[in-house]
Amino acid sequence: MENKRTCLYDKHMALGALISPFGGFDMPIQYTGIVDEHNAVRQACGIFDVSHMGEVLVTGAESEKFVNCIFTNDIAGAPDGKIFYGMMCHPTGGVVDDLLVYKMEAERFFLVINASNIDKDVAWIMEHAKNFDVTVENQSEKYGEVAVQGPKTEEIVERILGLHCSDLAFYTCKEIECEGETIIISRTGYTGEDGFEIYASHAFTNKVWDKLVESGEVKPCGLGCRDTLRFEVGLPLYGDELTDDITPLEAGLGMFAKLDKDFIGRDALAAQKAEGLKRKIVGIELKDKAIPRHGYEVEADGKVIGVVTTGYNSISTGKSVCMAMLDIEYTKLDTEVAVRIRKKVFPGVVTKKRFYDKNYKK
Amino acid sequence: MSTILEGLYYAESHEYVKVEGDFGYIGITDYAQHELGNVVYVDMPDVDDEVTAGEDFGAVESVKAASDLISPVSGTVVEVNEALNDNPELVNSDPYANWIIKVQLSDPSEVEALMNAEAYKAAIGE
Repeated sequence: MENKRTCLYDKHMALGALISPFGGFDMPIQYTGIVDEHNAVRQACGIFDVSHMGEVLVTGAESEKFVNCIFTNDIAGAPDGKIFYGMMCHPTGGVVDDLLVYKMEAERFFLVINASNIDKDVAWIMEHAKNFDVTVENQSEKYGEVAVQGPKTEEIVERILGLHCSDLAFYTCKEIECEGETIIISRTGYTGEDGFEIYASHAFTNKVWDKLVESGEVKPCGLGCRDTLRFEVGLPLYGDELTDDITPLEAGLGMFAKLDKDFIGRDALAAQKAEGLKRKIVGIELKDKAIPRHGYEVEADGKVIGVVTTGYNSISTGKSVCMAMLDIEYTKLDTEVAVRIRKKVFPGVVTKKRFYDKNYKK
Repeated sequence: MSTILEGLYYAESHEYVKVEGDFGYIGITDYAQHELGNVVYVDMPDVDDEVTAGEDFGAVESVKAASDLISPVSGTVVEVNEALNDNPELVNSDPYANWIIKVQLSDPSEVEALMNAEAYKAAIGE
């Protein structure tokens, strides 16, 4: 099956981007290089085409009740404009997807899901919506989305795009009437830096891209550095740290699963918490610069005790680090473990899975 | 346009060998370093290790991926480029000056199975 293209595909080709398939789309991996794109976001401002992300609109009298039933975080009584991170879980506690829920207003919720899971998620949401007075609409094709990220983003978005955003607190959003359409802007992102995400029509998304890129102050950034950036601050990627077989608790995301309310998978998570975890995702820092990568085995005491979920030579710190799912008895900080990389075994120690401090504006 | 040096022998897997007497200097081509992007680690064998034509002897790692190094010739490693331990990006800046291993060739006729500069240029479509 041919991959889909986002509304910004022609821009990527014109910029000479390296294109690779991701989540069913042909996406830009890098333009000039992962390292300088990564550094641009840490130090100044970068723009990402994230139009591949899926958007689902839930409306209707029971929309809050319904979303709270399929979502691990608790959105009950939230103010308009509030955004929540959380997961949808199977009854087993495994994760269908991780997502953002935007409370636009009392009976209107905007769900942002992973590109690779759009079909699965929409089917899941539709199936469970049957018993509720809600309308579910897959709006993924309608919206383009860019993420503008980095410490200079707020000033740049206000000055170059003329969009007032400094009033937005972390994890809040608002709708703005702009050139005959309603766009959504939120103070969110996936880099550990301050920044905004803008959801709009394909035409408006192209205008935003052009204005920011042509200013010379905002660097086009590909999915390559999106992954190195999110990894350094310990953010999970569905497919690596989260899967249908990994629970939020095992991924270290228990704070986003509110066990004091009811949702699909809640009982399984409560039972897992009561019994105690058998495995958990932690960080590992290697002594050498060899790079632990997804799927590599982690060893200790002469046996395999886990597997790497994501690993890099951290661009911001220069250290070779990874997140890994380990048997619980090896997850204490400073535990000595080793990662098998090709023919050799490289020693390291268990660390926190945040390798670089977030720089959010809260 | 990639830099391709005359007088070197090239493998389909984008390693080169530069022969000087009984010794061969093995590295990756300019085309390969460009395709890889920022090199952040070079996994090299130890001195006295044996390498075999067509078999891997280490890896070059970019930010995104690890790429096996396939030896274009057989022999014994007599030297590894220690400078790459601290500065792997040298492979990007000049891949021909910054060879990865030096081997004593066990069968110098093996280079006849490799490509010359002209053939390699055609192989990468330049």
